[in-house]
Amino acid sequence: MNSASCAAKISTQPFSLNPTSPTSHDNPLVFPKPTSFFLGSTRKLRLSSSSKLNLHRRSGTVVAVSDVVKQKKSKSTPSLLITKEEGLELYEDMILGRAFEDMCAQMYYRGKMFGFVHLYNGQEAVSTGFIKLLKQQDSVVSTYRDHVHALSKGVPARAVMSELFGKTTGCCRGQGGSMHMFSREHNLLGGFAFIGEGIPVATGAAFTSKYKREILKEADCDHVTLAFFGDGTCNNGQFFECLNMAALWKLPIVFVVENNLWAIGMSHLRATSDPQIYKKGPAFGMPGIHVDGMDVLKVREVAKEAIGRARRGEGPTLVECETYRFRGHSLADPDELRDPAEKAYYAARDPITALKKYLIENSLASEADLKAIDKKIDEVVEDAVEFADESPVPSRSQLLENVFADPKGFGIGPDGRYRCEDPKFTEGTAHV
Amino acid sequence: MLGIVRQKMLEQSLKKIPPAVSVLRSYSSAAKQMTIRDALNSALDEEMSADSKVFLMGEEVGEYQGAYKITKGLLDKYGPERVLDTPITEAGFTGVAVGAAYYGVKPVVEFMTFNFSMQAIDHIINSAAKTNYMSSGQISVPIVFRGPNGAAAGVGAQHSQCYAAWYASCPGLKVLAPYSSEDARGLLKAAIRDPDPVVFLENELLYGESFPVSDEVLDSSFCLPIGKAKIERKGKDVTIAAYSKMVGYALKAAETLEKDGIDAEVINLRSIRPLDRSMINASVRKTSRLVTVEEAFPQHGVGAEICVSIVEESFAYLDAPVERIAGADVPMPYAANLERMAVPQVEDIVRAAKRTCYRSVS
Repeated sequence: MNSASCAAKISTQPFSLNPTSPTSHDNPLVFPKPTSFFLGSTRKLRLSSSSKLNLHRRSGTVVAVSDVVKQKKSKSTPSLLITKEEGLELYEDMILGRAFEDMCAQMYYRGKMFGFVHLYNGQEAVSTGFIKLLKQQDSVVSTYRDHVHALSKGVPARAVMSELFGKTTGCCRGQGGSMHMFSREHNLLGGFAFIGEGIPVATGAAFTSKYKREILKEADCDHVTLAFFGDGTCNNGQFFECLNMAALWKLPIVFVVENNLWAIGMSHLRATSDPQIYKKGPAFGMPGIHVDGMDVLKVREVAKEAIGRARRGEGPTLVECETYRFRGHSLADPDELRDPAEKAYYAARDPITALKKYLIENSLASEADLKAIDKKIDEVVEDAVEFADESPVPSRSQLLENVFADPKGFGIGPDGRYRCEDPKFTEGTAHV
Repeated sequence: MLGIVRQKMLEQSLKKIPPAVSVLRSYSSAAKQMTIRDALNSALDEEMSADSKVFLMGEEVGEYQGAYKITKGLLDKYGPERVLDTPITEAGFTGVAVGAAYYGVKPVVEFMTFNFSMQAIDHIINSAAKTNYMSSGQISVPIVFRGPNGAAAGVGAQHSQCYAAWYASCPGLKVLAPYSSEDARGLLKAAIRDPDPVVFLENELLYGESFPVSDEVLDSSFCLPIGKAKIERKGKDVTIAAYSKMVGYALKAAETLEKDGIDAEVINLRSIRPLDRSMINASVRKTSRLVTVEEAFPQHGVGAEICVSIVEESFAYLDAPVERIAGADVPMPYAANLERMAVPQVEDIVRAAKRTCYRSVS
C-alpha cells in the first residue's frame, strides 16, 4: 500500500465537485487527504507518509501510541500487520458484505425487497476494520446503512436477508426492516433512520458500560461502543452534544465517521464550514484521527488504538474514515450529481481488491484460497435468499405484539379487565 | 399489589362518610399531609435505594437540588454518578439515557419543563417508544421522562404548553398525569418499575399543594396500577373527567354544583395512555352526561379522544352532547388577566355541567 503515491494522486486530481461552491478553498491544505496519522502526535504510524502536512496538525491532546506499534517500528525488517488467519477473516467479512449488498440490489429490483434500502458497497473496510476487533458484548450503533454492520457483528446472513424481505424469521421478525436492524444477542443496537439519532444512543450504551463497572460493581465490564455515522451527521447538533458528554464523562466509545463525501446529493464541501471532521475531536478534548477508509489494514490499526483507549478507560476517540460508496445513497437514488471521475478514482481504490493484492503479494494466501472464500460466500448469500424466500410472512397476530414490554400498556377493555388478558386480543387489527 | 387491595377496603369503609365532608379526604382517615414535591422526592428516593439501576439525569437535578427542588437531597445521598447534572443538551442527554436503558439500567430523565422535551422528542418517540416494537421484543426501554407540564403562572407561550395529547397519541409510550400526592407517589413508583418508556406529566403549580396521605401510601412498596382511573367523587347526575390540576378545579366545581342540586361524579384520569375507557364509559352509562376538562389546546386533545370513546361505546346512554372544556386555542398570553382567560376556570366547568343537565329530555 504505497501511501506516498496516494497522497500525490489526491492533490493533483481535479475534483469538480461543485464549481460554484460558496466557500472558496484557496488554501491547498483544506482538502488534502493524507493517509493516516495521529493528530498532535510527533510519532507517525509506520505506513503513513511523512508528509509535511503532519507538522501543521499539532493540536489537541497527544495520543498515546500503543506499545505494539512502537515495537513494530523498532524492528528493522518490515513485519506484516496481520497473520494469515486474520487476513482471511478480514477478506471473508468484506466479501460477505459486498456479495450481500449486491444481492440486495438484485432482490430489490425483483420486488422482493421494498421501501428504503441503503447499500454499503465500497465502505466495507470501515465495518470490517473496526467491528472484527470487538467482542460479542461490545455494542455497535449504526444508521440506516446498517446491513454490513449487522453482518460484521455476527448477525447471520439469513436473519438479515429475511428481515429485509419482511419475513417472520428476520432478526426483528420483520418488524424493523432495512433501517432498523437490532440484535440483543450480538449487541447491535440499531439501525436508526434519523441521522444523528444513533450517536446519543451509542453514548448511552457506553455510559451503561461505565455505570455497570462503577455503580453496579461488575468490575470486569470493559465493554466498548462504536457509533457509526456519516459526514452529513457531523453537522447535526446531537453529534456535538455527544462529543461533549463523552469527553466530559470519559466514556468508552469510539465515534467512527464514515466520510463518503456525500449526504444523498449534498456534497460534504457544500454543507460544512470546515470539512476536516477529525479536527472537531480536539475541540471537545478527545483525539481526532483521520484514516484512509479504503484500506482495511490502516483502519484496523487505528481501530486497535481507539478501541484499546476506550477499553483502558482513557475515554472517547473521534475517527474520520475517508471512504466512498460505490452506489447511490439508496436504491432509489439516481446518483446524478457525483462526478464520474471521482467515482472512477475511488473504484480504483476498492478495499477488497487492495486487501487481495496485499494478501497475495505478501504470500499470506493464494488465489485459490481467496477464490474458495468467494465461492463459499456466494453460497451463503444464495442460501440466505432461499431461506428468506421460503420463510413465512408474519401472522396477523404479530401486528400488536411487542408494542410494550408490559402489554398492560394497552389498557383496560370494556369488560374491565386488561385487554392483553383477553385471548382474542391479538386477532384485532389497527383499532384496539 | 397488596397496597391496592388494602386501599379498596379502606375506601369501602369510608363510604359512610358523606361526600361533602370528605371531598379531598375520601381515601384517608389518618390525614397526614404531604406535598406533591415531597411525594415525588420520596418516591424517587425509595426507588433509587431499592434498585441500584435507577439513576437520575437532567439539568440542575444535582447540586441545585432540582429546578423545582423535586430531587432535593438525592445528590448527597446517592452521589454524582447516580444523580447526574447534564449540560443543556436535551437531545443529547435524552438519547444517552435511552441508550443506557437499552442495557437495562433505569434512567429517570427530568425535563425542566416538558416544553424542552420538544428538543428531545425524537428520542422519546423514535428511540424509546418504538424500539421494543422495531426490535421485536429484544430491546425494551425501561425509562421514565418526567417534569412539569402545562401552564404555570405568567411564564409565557413557550413555557406553558401541555403535551399530554402529543405523547398519548404515540403507541409504545405510557403517559401518566398525577393529581394528588397519592397519585404522585404511586404512579411515579409504578413508572420507574415499568419496563416500558413512561412520560410522567407533573404540574408546577401543584408542587407545593398538600394532600392527605394514608399510611398505605407512605409504605415503600406502594404502587398504583397504570391504566386505571380513579373516581375522586361519586355522583349520579354528570360525569366530569379531568387530569392533573383540573381535577382540583373539577372537585371545586362539584361542590358548587351540589348547591344547585347537581350531583357530579369526578373522575381523575391518572393515566392518559392507556386511557381507562372502561371506567369513563361505565360512569357515563350511570350519569348519561359528560364534561371533559383539560388545560391543553382543544384540537386533537385528550377530551376529543374521550368524546369519541363515549360516542363509540355509550352513545345510546347520552342524554346530552359531551361538553369538552379545554384551554383557549391561542399560544399562552403573558398578561395575568389574559392568562386567566386562556385556561379553564371553575366557573367554566360549572357552566358546562349545568348546560349538560338543562339539555336533558326528562
